[in-house]
Amino acid sequence: MSTALLLLITGIGLGAIYFLVASGLSLIYGLMGVLNFAHGVFLSLGAFLGYEVATRMGTSTWGGFAVSLLVGALAGAVFAALTERFLVQRLYERHIEQVLVTVGLALATVALFDGIWGTDPRFITGPGWMETTTRVAGANVPNDRFVAIIVAALVLLAIVLFLRRTRYGMIIRAGVENRSMVTALGIDVRNAFTLVFTIGGAAAGLGGVLASHYFGYVSPLLGQTLLIFAFIVTVIGGLGSLLGAAVASVVVAVLQQFANYYLWGTGDLAVVVLLAVVLLTRPSGLLGRK
Amino acid sequence: MRATLTRYALPVVLVVLLTGLPLLDLSLPGVLPGPTYTPGSLHLMALAMVMAALALSYHLLFGVAGLLSFGHALYFGFGAYALGILMRELELGLVPAALLVLAAGVALATLLGAVSLRVTGIPFAMVTLAFAQAGSVLVRRDPGRVTGGEEGLRLPTEHVPDWLVGVADTRNVYWLALAALVFTFAVVTWVQHSRAGHVAEAVRENELRVRVLGMRPFLVKLAIFVAASVIAVGMGMVHLILNSGAVPHAVSADLTISLLLMVVLGGVGSRWGAVLGAVVYVLLSQRLAVLAQSPAISDLPPVLRIPLSEPLFILGAIFVLVVLFLPGGLAGLGVRLRGARRTRGAQAPTPGSLVAEDETT
Amino acid sequence: MTEQTPAPVGATTGSSAAPVLVVRDLRAHVAGQQVVEHVDLEVAATGVTALLGRNGVGKTSTIKAVMGLIGRSGTIELAGRDISALPTHRVAQLGVGYVPEDREVFSGLTVTENLRLAERKGGEHRYDLVYELFPELKERGQQAAGTLSGGQQQMVSLARALLNDNRVLLVDEPTKGLAPRLVQEVGRVLTRAAEVVPVLLVEQNLQVVRDLTSRVVVLTDGRSVHHGPAADFLDDPAATQRLLGVHGGTDPAGAV
Repeated sequence: MSTALLLLITGIGLGAIYFLVASGLSLIYGLMGVLNFAHGVFLSLGAFLGYEVATRMGTSTWGGFAVSLLVGALAGAVFAALTERFLVQRLYERHIEQVLVTVGLALATVALFDGIWGTDPRFITGPGWMETTTRVAGANVPNDRFVAIIVAALVLLAIVLFLRRTRYGMIIRAGVENRSMVTALGIDVRNAFTLVFTIGGAAAGLGGVLASHYFGYVSPLLGQTLLIFAFIVTVIGGLGSLLGAAVASVVVAVLQQFANYYLWGTGDLAVVVLLAVVLLTRPSGLLGRK
Repeated sequence: MRATLTRYALPVVLVVLLTGLPLLDLSLPGVLPGPTYTPGSLHLMALAMVMAALALSYHLLFGVAGLLSFGHALYFGFGAYALGILMRELELGLVPAALLVLAAGVALATLLGAVSLRVTGIPFAMVTLAFAQAGSVLVRRDPGRVTGGEEGLRLPTEHVPDWLVGVADTRNVYWLALAALVFTFAVVTWVQHSRAGHVAEAVRENELRVRVLGMRPFLVKLAIFVAASVIAVGMGMVHLILNSGAVPHAVSADLTISLLLMVVLGGVGSRWGAVLGAVVYVLLSQRLAVLAQSPAISDLPPVLRIPLSEPLFILGAIFVLVVLFLPGGLAGLGVRLRGARRTRGAQAPTPGSLVAEDETT
Repeated sequence: MTEQTPAPVGATTGSSAAPVLVVRDLRAHVAGQQVVEHVDLEVAATGVTALLGRNGVGKTSTIKAVMGLIGRSGTIELAGRDISALPTHRVAQLGVGYVPEDREVFSGLTVTENLRLAERKGGEHRYDLVYELFPELKERGQQAAGTLSGGQQQMVSLARALLNDNRVLLVDEPTKGLAPRLVQEVGRVLTRAAEVVPVLLVEQNLQVVRDLTSRVVVLTDGRSVHHGPAADFLDDPAATQRLLGVHGGTDPAGAV
């Protein structure tokens, strides 16, 4: 029982990190039709810069952790905004080329990170409390899981409020439904494109810092590995659906944890099987439209 | 007349020349590590040819049918690993084992293709990526200790004919790779000119119209998908013999991305472009790695040294530039230069879009 | 070949003012396929101009090409300014209101949000006119537009276009699929709209055309083949039979 609870909370914690990557991917795809292969790089950059800041300020201090989160989000946001403005937007409405450009960027940037930080993982620890566990109904749950869950929940709330309460949020929601009609109302959607990239990049950068604490290390491949699961999450949740991404993140991560523990380490395989089942029964995903 | 000559004579001359290379003593400093008859050079050229054949199979998917797959490496890796495992575990000879693997490859590609093709466009890319990732994880996790995990799988040489193993026999492997490339080129040409190939191209342009004409785009796409996958399975087997083993990279998304890079670099939709792109990619990635060790690079300040000593950084950057500024790739560049020379001042062939408008919107 | 050739500017508009929208030699393509071959048309400075033709001759494509929603070439002049190279949002900002064929309301947004999204910067927003014409939209402001009936969605779509101070409205088959009572309602709204802004109307219901419009442009196979006063065309059974496949004069319901 306590094992199951531990797996559940750990799974939700992992799901929180998946969500931070998948939310941006899903919004970007929903609004622009772009599959962003560079999204993992936003995460890795956030993780590395967060790591650099934390080691300079002291990894065990809460201040260092808070600033590393901030720097990670900022780094992801800036890199994402530049990517959209200078690479993706040049290929306006040419979706395949847009994908290719992000593939090339990811390839080049991961290699660059290899060159700067090396291919070996860099281990990181957080503030003392995050390295310990809390006893929940007999299960010893590592505290960094709770931090990941809280941050992801806040991000979800912030994005939902932004989408519901602001004009740009309204434009993004409308654009996900029917981009050409938005332009026909006299709205230049390209600003919204840059905005979703920026928001997605910030969430991914945050996810990078949290992932480095969840896994205990940073490496250039961290982002690419998480990206693949985030892709699966967005397809299962329904492309373009933020809520779908949130639900699917948790479902996928929890399934992965349970299958790894109870079904002889077959977590990743179980996720792919789930993907196949969803595609066969609901090709548009759990909460996708059409 | 002249067109026919270049169309048939040039490839024949090229094949004859390539066949004779192991018997010649030619040096291409900077491109090949040594004279053409040395095992090192033969190995590099054979690798380039295997990758060229693999890129041709990817060209069938992406260039002909417009299917952006991120899981093509799965079939390549399947060919390599399955052949090695079958020979070792069942103690089969090379030929029966290879036939079994091909049959299994058809079944695997049909099954996974049928599921993936339920979606099109970008979702198709994601789904193929996910399947390949499952394969990659399986190989790395090494269930039942058959794949060798991160260490990779060693070629069970005792089941392979003697003339294909050993450093001195590299030229035999070279000829095998050349034969595989020529065979693949012929098959890809044939598929493209077949009814299925024409329908696939029509589907890429306008799926709805094909459906109105009463054809089933799904089956045509599936046929192309299976054909491309089976070629990849075959190339995986040749690669296993060439490298005397297989490593998890053979199943990775990175490999598929390299294929995409080769095809786009060479020029989407062009068979010769795919071959050229693969050769340039293989040579560049090998030579850039050597270059990175040279004092010319290692003495530079870090701002320049770090990016220039990462071959993948340079290749990725080249790729981005090609997508942004050279939509037709190397093949398109050739056409444009020729067109400009011939008509001088008249309008060169429009660079146009890299591929037909995709069907996601 | 016996059709009237495209009229010179202003000749058949029946109005002394210059036309608000002039389209010359318009061509348009979708996914590499030519859908508009050669269209000339003018929208008069007042009233409703109808764009007619059988199904699939390129009426909707012509409208979309003017909006820049599909690839186009040729000249498109809005109040004397060439807009043929402008992106869609610029075309709209210059004062072209668009009511698309299938309403295209944002189903996940509320009615109020649909209207607020349509508010263009600079210029008044005529909520008084909109709520006068569609009092129902005020009551249903908080309802998701996707849950509205077809007629109500059409009202939202029309309201989005009427909200701004436009130079011209492009209205594509507003009565399609509506019950007769709602068709009349849409006719009433368009009459009222035409008092403030000139309208280019694609319409299959010839009775609506007869009631509303003074001029028609007829398309066949992506080409404009007839320009002239509405009454003359609709009263010529041979012409309507040949170009529209219906007897415009004898069938008051007129729907194809």
